[in-house]
Amino acid sequence: MMELLMSIVIGVLTACGVLMLLRARTFAVMLGLTMLSYAVNLFIFVSGGLTAGKGAVLGRSDIYSDPLPQALVLTAIVIGFAMTAFLVILAIRARADLGNDHVDGNSGKSQEDSA
Amino acid sequence: MTLFWILLMPLFGCLMALAARPWSRSYQALAVALFPALALALLVPLIPAVLAGEVIRYGFTWLPLLGLNFSLQLDGLSLLFTLLILGIGLLVILYARYYLSARDSMPRFYAFLLLFMLAMLGIVLSGNLLQMWFFWELTSISSFLLISYWSHQPDARKGARMALTVTAAGGLALLAGILLIGQILGSYELSEILPQTATLQQHAVYPVVLLLVLLGAFTKSAQFPFHFWLPNAMAAPTPVSAYLHSATMVKAGIFLLARLYPLLSGTELWFLTVTLTGLSTLLVGAYFALFQHDIKGLLAYSTISHLGLITLLLGLDTDLAAVAAIFHIINHAIFKASLFMTAGIIDHETGSRDMRKINGLWGFMPVTATLAMVASASMAGVPLLNGFLSKEMFFTQTLHQGVLGSLSWLIPVLATVAAIFAVAYSARFIHDVFFNGQPIGLTKTPHEPPRYMRVPMEILVALCVLVGVFPELIIGSLLQQAAVAVLAAPPPAYSLAIWHGFNVPLLMSVVALVGGILLYINRKALFMFQAGFNETKAIYRFEAFIQRLVRRCRHSIEKIENGSFQRYILLLLLALLALAGAPLLELQQLRGQRAALPFDAMVVVGAILLLVAAVATVLLVRQRLLALVMISVVGLMVSLAFVRFSAPDLALTQLSVEVVTVVLLMLALYFLPHKSVKQSSSGHLVRDFTLASAIGVVVGSLAYAMMTHDAASISSYFLQNAKSGGGGTNVVNVILVDFRGFDTLGEITVLGIAALGILKLLTGIPRFMASADGEGRLWSKDRHPLLLAVISQALLPLALIVSVYIFFRGHNLPGGGFVAGLITAVAMILQYVAKGVDWVKPRLKVEYSTLIAVGILLATVTGLASWLFDRPFLTSWFDYFELPLIGQIELASAIAFDLGVYLTVVGASLLILANLGKITTRYRPVHNPVQKEPS
Repeated sequence: MMELLMSIVIGVLTACGVLMLLRARTFAVMLGLTMLSYAVNLFIFVSGGLTAGKGAVLGRSDIYSDPLPQALVLTAIVIGFAMTAFLVILAIRARADLGNDHVDGNSGKSQEDSA
Repeated sequence: MTLFWILLMPLFGCLMALAARPWSRSYQALAVALFPALALALLVPLIPAVLAGEVIRYGFTWLPLLGLNFSLQLDGLSLLFTLLILGIGLLVILYARYYLSARDSMPRFYAFLLLFMLAMLGIVLSGNLLQMWFFWELTSISSFLLISYWSHQPDARKGARMALTVTAAGGLALLAGILLIGQILGSYELSEILPQTATLQQHAVYPVVLLLVLLGAFTKSAQFPFHFWLPNAMAAPTPVSAYLHSATMVKAGIFLLARLYPLLSGTELWFLTVTLTGLSTLLVGAYFALFQHDIKGLLAYSTISHLGLITLLLGLDTDLAAVAAIFHIINHAIFKASLFMTAGIIDHETGSRDMRKINGLWGFMPVTATLAMVASASMAGVPLLNGFLSKEMFFTQTLHQGVLGSLSWLIPVLATVAAIFAVAYSARFIHDVFFNGQPIGLTKTPHEPPRYMRVPMEILVALCVLVGVFPELIIGSLLQQAAVAVLAAPPPAYSLAIWHGFNVPLLMSVVALVGGILLYINRKALFMFQAGFNETKAIYRFEAFIQRLVRRCRHSIEKIENGSFQRYILLLLLALLALAGAPLLELQQLRGQRAALPFDAMVVVGAILLLVAAVATVLLVRQRLLALVMISVVGLMVSLAFVRFSAPDLALTQLSVEVVTVVLLMLALYFLPHKSVKQSSSGHLVRDFTLASAIGVVVGSLAYAMMTHDAASISSYFLQNAKSGGGGTNVVNVILVDFRGFDTLGEITVLGIAALGILKLLTGIPRFMASADGEGRLWSKDRHPLLLAVISQALLPLALIVSVYIFFRGHNLPGGGFVAGLITAVAMILQYVAKGVDWVKPRLKVEYSTLIAVGILLATVTGLASWLFDRPFLTSWFDYFELPLIGQIELASAIAFDLGVYLTVVGASLLILANLGKITTRYRPVHNPVQKEPS
């Protein structure tokens, strides 16, 4: 029943990520995006099904885990890093230029209500 | 191949126009004219073969999967148009030399004109419909540039915009029609589709195809009700009108009809649509031409009327109608171009185009007047001139058709009515401009134009007469071959003689001439009647329509896009929920048939730890450092999950990325406000919490369904071919550097771009130095703890060795360029953390941006190298070698590619972190307890 556990983990990570993505402060959004990346990476990864103890290296065993999702996730991790880094720097720049860390760049008193 | 060069000549001419800028005006014109002249010289040797019935082709495959070939063909029809385009083009170049004033930019004009010539040649020489469409749109764009040449005039800007909107919209309809033709017939090559008439016409979609193509042709050729753009395009310089609006641009639509005549014509729908459109355009144009006071306006409406005449001929169901249509294309181009040139000369020499002011010019410019009178007589259809011959043929055809059934007799009657108006407006052109008293209120005293400005007119008028007197001799065989191309069969016998005896067409001509003169003499009453209409100009209505459209669009955009980022995210997530949730509702059972893995205590503990850390991150998000610690626990547990479920490569990558990310977020903590204010209201929290839970449930269920269902995967292909095809046993790495190498190349490029974007964002950022943390505690004075410095220095060589090892074993065992690059980056970052930028920078003289560039270049070049061996991009090569002492080793081109990946990853990671770290180091006010934040 490892699958059930894994789905719960993915679900909770997604929910936490989404919740933080919707916050008004840039730092929370960064954490949300990072969290969402974990969830998405795991989600793509498990699309090949769960395999325990058998890597996708030829000659090591008879059954292999699915290599394709792994290759996809490997690039996704690196791209995810680039994206997070860009967001972080954008937030820093916005803070430096605008003097606050609200996602809309205003001091953040009223904008939230319009959403 | 010659065809290719002919097509390229105007392009060279276009560049020449720009290069010749420093020369005198005459030399500029000469240099530009050289290229169409060369094209003509290249064309001449091909003419005999084409006139003998041969079709010359040239082409090569370009994107065969899309059916897009580069393909050129020269048959009778293309030859006729090519001659018109190049010939009249040359005359217009000469004419424009004298027309443009010293204030006008000559290079710009010639460059646009030659660009247009290229586009036009492209249309008529294309052997592939898609390619033809490309040039078709290019004519719209270049004509936009030409019409708006005097861009300081609002009329020019509006007219150009209108022409572009109408013709480009028609172009899109045409594209749709062409794509449908390609779908139905399986090809875009003219030589392949033209014979398949029956297949297309019996297809259910044929009416749609026909209407779309006709829409394209009618907008381009200014057919009613799309004719309104042409009079407004008269804001263009007159050489442009002489070229575009007599012989070329507006004939493109007619050309398309003629080109696709064998494929599309012959059905009831074709006859009705084309005939009625042509007929109404013929009448509308002829009627309104009479009432224009602007000379160019008169000519524009007359052009509309003649285009309608040609369209009408193409819609008639007699075989000779097409021949008459082609004949009239030639004749109209010749006399209308010379008339536009007259208008330009008059405008140039009198400063006005208003026929109420310019009168009696016969006394000032008798030569020009004579030439213009001959040309307008041809326009009116006076015998012994070319216009008479094709008009006679037109009358004959209207008498023989039966398109409208029992009402078919209407067509010759209405044709005669239109001809009466044509004679009347031609008479007005002659009488009003050259006679009718003296000029009124002109700013200049008119005189003859410069000698060479008149030469193009003289040539064209001479052609009017020559064709009118010796039609068979001059264009007989060209007409014959063009007709063969249009009908896809030899036309029935016809005679181009001037005299066919006393018959009905001659009677119609006489009625038109006499009626036209009478109408002109009694024009006062008609003008009074016309003045009774409250005319609003088409251009104002059109502009108002466009502005309304724009306003409405802006309004709805503003409603959706209010500037709140949170709201965009919310809408996006709602859309995601709808899209991802809907398929789940259709799934009968969430649990699939695949055998499940049993629980195992370690995993349960790990999962609980992960869940607790994730929830803690959310709860502690305002205590930022704690939240950061918590999220790194999550990341660590995710890496462990990868280990547990057989993905060692992922675990290694995730772990090293985790380190870099946490360092980055730590730096972010430093730059962002240290204290976080509570922001969201309880209502919003509830809303967000509900949405987040819903998405979590959907994604979790989706993951569960996916994991428990069996699905056919393409992975077995990779597993089977990794060793034999890619030379490695680590299938994940082989996929990255070999099977899907192109994706990886794209990915490292994105990484490089992101890093450079970050570099750009960081330049010029105000330096920011906090001296205390959020609770007022001073930063430690011990900036670089000794212990950390010593350990990190000792670790560096070890880490580098590990990364080299990981890099080389990557092809066969877990590892590879990504992981090795991240390990190197982490080791270097540790140096920065332990010793500071000031210490590392002088010791490490590497430009990280150069590193990225070298990495991407290396990967690309490795891919390109396979071209040298005639293999597709990024085909990898490997072989085994025997080395003394070491034994058998494998060399693979994939290693070079992976090295590129390695360098890019190292460069990008370090570029980001080192530059961010750099902002903090110097000038820190260590002893200043007052916290200062940038404003």
